[in-house]
Amino acid sequence: MGAPNGTDAISWRSAHRVLFLFFLGMFAFYAITKMRWDWLPDYGWLAVQGIWRTIWVLVLSVTFGFALAIPIGLVQVTGPRWLSWPAKLFCTLIRGTPLLLQLWLLYYGLGSLFPQIPWLRDSWMWPFLRQAWPYGLLALTLSFAGYEAEVMRGAFAGTPRGQLEAGRAFGMSPSKLFWRIWLPQAVQRALPTLGGETVLQLKATPLVATITMLDIYSVSSKVRQDTLLVYEPLLLLALVYLVLTGIIVWAFKRLESRLPVKAG
Amino acid sequence: MSMMASVLQPMLALGTLELLSPWPPGWGGNLLRGLAHSLEIAVGAYAIGLVLGTLGASAKLYGGPVARDIAETYTTIVRAVPELVLILLLYYSGTSLINDILASFGREPIDISGLAAGIGVLGIVQGAYHTEVLRGAILSLPPGQIEAAKAYGMSPWQTLRRITLPGMLPYALPGLSNLWLVVTKDTALLAVVGFNELTLETRQAAGTTKAYFTFFMAAGALYLTVTLLSNLVLSRIEIRAARGLPKVA
Repeated sequence: MGAPNGTDAISWRSAHRVLFLFFLGMFAFYAITKMRWDWLPDYGWLAVQGIWRTIWVLVLSVTFGFALAIPIGLVQVTGPRWLSWPAKLFCTLIRGTPLLLQLWLLYYGLGSLFPQIPWLRDSWMWPFLRQAWPYGLLALTLSFAGYEAEVMRGAFAGTPRGQLEAGRAFGMSPSKLFWRIWLPQAVQRALPTLGGETVLQLKATPLVATITMLDIYSVSSKVRQDTLLVYEPLLLLALVYLVLTGIIVWAFKRLESRLPVKAG
Repeated sequence: MSMMASVLQPMLALGTLELLSPWPPGWGGNLLRGLAHSLEIAVGAYAIGLVLGTLGASAKLYGGPVARDIAETYTTIVRAVPELVLILLLYYSGTSLINDILASFGREPIDISGLAAGIGVLGIVQGAYHTEVLRGAILSLPPGQIEAAKAYGMSPWQTLRRITLPGMLPYALPGLSNLWLVVTKDTALLAVVGFNELTLETRQAAGTTKAYFTFFMAAGALYLTVTLLSNLVLSRIEIRAARGLPKVA
C-alpha cells in the first residue's frame, strides 16, 4: 500500500530541496568565513551611494523613457506618415545598435562637440554638460523609449476597436478618448512586458560605469582595483542585482494584481 | 546655423571618406576587422547558447527534480544579473578554474584567448534565454501529436526528430531570431573586458583621430546593417517554417 503517490512525490521533492538548500548554505558559509570581507566597512558608504545612483538612474530613465514611448508608439498606429516614419526610424536605430555604442556616441561625440560651441559654454547648462550623468541618463532613456515604444505600438494596436467606437459614440473628444480609454487599456496590456523591460533596463545600467558614472557596478570595480580581490566584490555585486531584480518583479506583480483582470 | 557649421567643419576638414577608407591611414580596415570578430563571437556564442538551451529546456520539461532545480537556478541567476557582471565573473573565475584543473593534472597553465572566453561567456548567458524560448515552444506543441507518435510506436528519438523538433520550430523561431539579434549587440559588452571587437576598435579609432561622430556613426551603420540583413533572412525562414500552420487572424 504505502503513501499515496502525491505525498510520496512531495516528500521526495522536499528532500532534494533540503539538500539543495544545504549546498547553498555550505557555499554561503564558505563565502563568509573563508573569503575576505574586511574591506566592507571601508566601502560601505560608497556602496550605499552606488546603489542609490543605480536606482536613481533606473527610475528616472524608465519614467522618462516610458513617457517618450507613449507618443512614439501612438503615432506609429494612428499618426500621419511624416510622424510615423521618423518614429519607426527611431525604434529601428535604437534597437539595431548596441546600447554601449549609443552611450559612447553621446558621451564622447557630444562631449567633444559641445566645448566648440561658445554660447553653450557661457550658458547655465554648462556645469551639467561637463558631467557624465546627463549623457548616461539620456542614453538609457532613449534606449528604453525605443524598446518600449515597440511594446506600446502593439498595445495601442491591440486595443479592441469596439472600445474606441463606443467612446466616440458617447461623444468623447479625441483627447478625452485617448486619456480615458485608449491609454489606460494600452498600459494595462503592456504592463507584463513593462516589468520584464524594467529588469532588462536594470541590467543595462552598469554600462554607465564606462563613462565614469559612479553606480554600484563601478564601486565594485573600485574595490577590485584597490584590494586586488576578484570574487568577493563581484559576488556581492551579483547579489545586489539579484535583490534589485527581485524587488522589481515583486513590485510589478503587486501592481498587476491591483488592476482589474478583465481587459477588453 | 553657427552650430551646424561647427558640426560640419571638423568633419569636412578631416575628410570623412579618408578616415573611413579601409586602407591605412584610413581606419575602415580596423572597423571591418572588429566587425568580423564581433560576428565570430556572435555565431559561436549563439551555437553554445542553442546547445545549453536544448539541455536546459529538456531538463526543465523532462528532467528529474534535481535537474529541474539546477536549470531553474541557472536561468534565474543569468536573467537577473547584468551581462557585464556575468562576463567579468565568468571571465575571471572561468579562466582560473580551467587553470586550476590543469594544475591539478600537473599541466602548465594556459593563456585563454579573449575570443574563446568571450564566446564561452556570452554562450552561457544566451543559453538561459534559449532555455526559456525552447521550453515555451515545446509546450505550445499540442500534446496529442506526441501521444499519436507514441501510439504509432515511435521511439523517443524518432518522436524528437520527426514530431517535436519540426513541430515546435515555427513557435521557437521568432524567439530564436530575436536572440540572434540580441547576441550580435551583446558582443559590444566584451569591449569592456578589452576584447577588440567592433565597439572597442571604433573607440580606439575615434580616440586617436578625435573624429568621434564619424566613427561611432560608421560603427552604428555596420551594426544596423547586420541587424537589417539578419531580419531579412530570419523573416523568410520564419514564413517558410510556419507555412503549414493555420493563419492567425
